[in-house]
Amino acid sequence: MKKLKFLLPLGIFLALAAFLLIGLGLNPREVPSPLIGKPAPAFDLPRLDDPGQRVRREDLLGKVWMLNVWASWCAACRDEHPLLVEMAARKIVPIYGLDYKDTRAAGQQTLARFGDPYVASLFDADGRVGIDWGVYGVPETFIIDRQGVIRMKHIGPLTPDVIRDKIEPLVRQLNG
Amino acid sequence: MARWIVILTLALLAGWTQAKEAAPAAEDPVLEARMLRIATELRCLVCQNQTIADSHAELAVDLRNQVKEMLKRGDSDQMIIDYMTARYGDFVLYRPPLKGTTLVLWFGPGLLLIGGLFTLFLVLRRRSRLSPDQFEADPDEELPAAPSETTRSTFTASRHD
Repeated sequence: MKKLKFLLPLGIFLALAAFLLIGLGLNPREVPSPLIGKPAPAFDLPRLDDPGQRVRREDLLGKVWMLNVWASWCAACRDEHPLLVEMAARKIVPIYGLDYKDTRAAGQQTLARFGDPYVASLFDADGRVGIDWGVYGVPETFIIDRQGVIRMKHIGPLTPDVIRDKIEPLVRQLNG
Repeated sequence: MARWIVILTLALLAGWTQAKEAAPAAEDPVLEARMLRIATELRCLVCQNQTIADSHAELAVDLRNQVKEMLKRGDSDQMIIDYMTARYGDFVLYRPPLKGTTLVLWFGPGLLLIGGLFTLFLVLRRRSRLSPDQFEADPDEELPAAPSETTRSTFTASRHD
């Protein structure tokens, strides 16, 4: 009983300290997406380079693919761009772009200048498809499996570590 | 005195009338009011401590328009809230729902308060039952002879050090 009197407050303190310590390590900017494990939201958008051609969610069923949300006005996208170009060159996974709240001219100019890693870039001028996908900041990246289910979401610019440790193993597993 | 009260009241009122911003010229004030009421329940994900109604972030503007559009379509408030949580998760709600994962969030602070009050009660009750000689004497109530006694003893004690 005597021991408990000292151990109980210590225990409560340690538990609180542990919670606070975990809290320090969390990034409040990274809001977990409720869409992971759910079917990707439907879309039907024109291509950035050709308004006449449309891409739909159904067109991409049956293969593992990556959706990268980007925009010409987004500075962080510029940072990750070389990594996307490299991923495309290594043919890790087909990358589709979602040009979010952009103008056609600015979007095309960016790709002409920095290289185009995308199989196709979908042009989402009013950001409606972005909202459907729960996009709240650019860049964001999704991995979608053969059944059209979202398997992963990365918020913020991709890094070599994320590509090597998360995306590549996941794509290999989904393709295997 | 009365003059001061009048001046202060007028000064306060002046600030109040100035703080009233021009109401947005909405085509449908009823719809606008409903939209704003829903928007104050939703968190802006860009500037996380603001509601979608407060925030000037572009996403907040888009989401307000989305809410307005859904209202025009005749969707219920709950449908709009569900639409937002399906895309952005419970985090988008300023009042998180009560469920298994949020029990600690909802009841944790209350339990801590009750625990603290209970502990305080136990400590105070125990102390009230102690006899007076268990406590250090109040400096004012010390006997006149005591100070010299203590100083002398501390003096000798420090000499031994």
